[in-house]
Amino acid sequence: MVNLYTRRRIINAAGLSVSVLAMLFGLFWLCWILFTLLAHGLFSLTPAVFSQMTPPPGNSGGLLNAIAGSLIMTVVGTLIGTPIGILAGTYLAEFGHRGWLAPVTRFINDVLLSAPSIVIGLFVYEVYVVKVRHFSGWAGAFALAILVIPVVIRTTENMLRLVPSTLREAAAALGAPQWKVVNFITLRAARAGIVTGVLLAVARISGETAPLLFTALNNQFWSDNMDQPMANLPVVIFQFAMSPYDDWQKLAWAGALLITASVLTLNIVARVLFRQSATTH
Amino acid sequence: MMFSQEASLKRQSFFDLSFRSLTRVSAFGVLALLAAIIVSLVDGSLPAIHAFGLGFLTSPEWDPVNDKFGALIPVFGTLVTSGIALLIAIPVSFGIALFLTELSPRILRRPLGIAIELLAGIPSIIYGMWGLFVFAPMFADHVEPWLNRHVGTLPYIGPFFSGPPMGIGLLTAGIILAIMVIPFIASVMRDVFDVVPPMLKESAFAVGATTWEVMWQVVLPYTKVGVAGGIMLGLGRALGETMAVTFVIGNSHELSKSLLMPGNSISSALANEFNEAVGDLYTSSLIELGLILFFITFVVLAIARYMLYKLGMREGQVT
Repeated sequence: MVNLYTRRRIINAAGLSVSVLAMLFGLFWLCWILFTLLAHGLFSLTPAVFSQMTPPPGNSGGLLNAIAGSLIMTVVGTLIGTPIGILAGTYLAEFGHRGWLAPVTRFINDVLLSAPSIVIGLFVYEVYVVKVRHFSGWAGAFALAILVIPVVIRTTENMLRLVPSTLREAAAALGAPQWKVVNFITLRAARAGIVTGVLLAVARISGETAPLLFTALNNQFWSDNMDQPMANLPVVIFQFAMSPYDDWQKLAWAGALLITASVLTLNIVARVLFRQSATTH
Repeated sequence: MMFSQEASLKRQSFFDLSFRSLTRVSAFGVLALLAAIIVSLVDGSLPAIHAFGLGFLTSPEWDPVNDKFGALIPVFGTLVTSGIALLIAIPVSFGIALFLTELSPRILRRPLGIAIELLAGIPSIIYGMWGLFVFAPMFADHVEPWLNRHVGTLPYIGPFFSGPPMGIGLLTAGIILAIMVIPFIASVMRDVFDVVPPMLKESAFAVGATTWEVMWQVVLPYTKVGVAGGIMLGLGRALGETMAVTFVIGNSHELSKSLLMPGNSISSALANEFNEAVGDLYTSSLIELGLILFFITFVVLAIARYMLYKLGMREGQVT
């Protein structure tokens, strides 16, 4: 029987080594996935990817229409979702001190934050696509907007809560009405944090595939009409990767690298931005 | 003069009221959104509910030709893959959180934390593609034959691990889900470990506890509600995950004991079949699947949030 101290030391060493291994385990997958993407994606990332349309099977082509469609829907979705999110977040932080609405909204919002995105796609299909009887870019943008709202609400509320109350009181003491205090003092003080939230929301929706499957669908040709089915990178990647054609799979890898690179860049930019604003305050 | 001042005051209080109402309407919009989602899903699944009733939940049949549908296989697949994911993700996330809060050198703490969070940032379709083209073939060539030979022959658990090594199936989907939820669980665990008052930990160290004992007997009991909340949050993610699972689960509507066999999950059934579904009953059955998924994840996520709030509230009382 080993003595108590040795045993405790051994358990400690074993536990801590397992913890180091767990960390390495996590990093291992990250490196493996990024390595695969670079290995397959860089090879297929030709200028044609940015200048030609998605090809029929067996032909060469590019992803231009998909990239454009993704950009349009992401921008429109963000433009719809951000104002609603900021307003609702403002209510939670500034006005919702009493009553049932704020706590309930906060709770529901936190649940919606990680609700399955495919269900959001189903919802937009049911209330929009079924009514107008065709898939469209608008439907895709609406679905993305619904995903943006909870993220923006969460960060807006958190950032507004970080603004010291003395700032609000000082403005109120000068006689500023409440709408001016909120709009010109607290929201402005929390600006960097809110921008971070919006960037994170954009990062989240730009890789989303599931909600677009039943809403924007896909389009093999150039489309800038939001009332028509619209090509977009995630769905094109899904379709091309699942296909047996070599050309299509190569394009899928190129698209995958593009999406991952932009999402990860957005994530890092958001963090750096937030950190800078946090240190200057 | 007096008159204009009064008018200006009136105007300002009007602006106040409108701005406050505007924000209130937006907040209310979130509740309306939830209600609208539930109503539209229930409305869409009414034909299936009328046709199959409660039997929908227990029937393993999925026969579009004869219009017979049951949810058992997709629900089973969703629960099993999420269960596998949690089995792997919980210990790994605990290890990562422990490393980040206690062991990591201060300079590495931030970059490593960001690296783990980037894992959460990778879009799920990328996990799916990588799983299908890179992980599944490797798994079929090297791991599954080994599982067949060594684990598949054991009593009791053997049948779960025997079957043709195809690479795609419930186990593969579960492992990929695990990689995806590790960052979520680990970052919640790290955050709640960080709120443990340093005095508690220091007292434990002062009476001679090892780092492991401090973690296991002081930090973990103190934060157990938050840790459980983080795990439920990860579960919520795993249940609803679509694209990563769709690529590797195999999409077969057959019930099999073996985890190496292809199966189906709610979300991948939706992703694969919804646009091709012909006929009202088929579409409606798929929407009912979506409703079931929304219900399960809603309950899980609500429990998760409740647990995290509870920890937050106690935190508020302590300080």
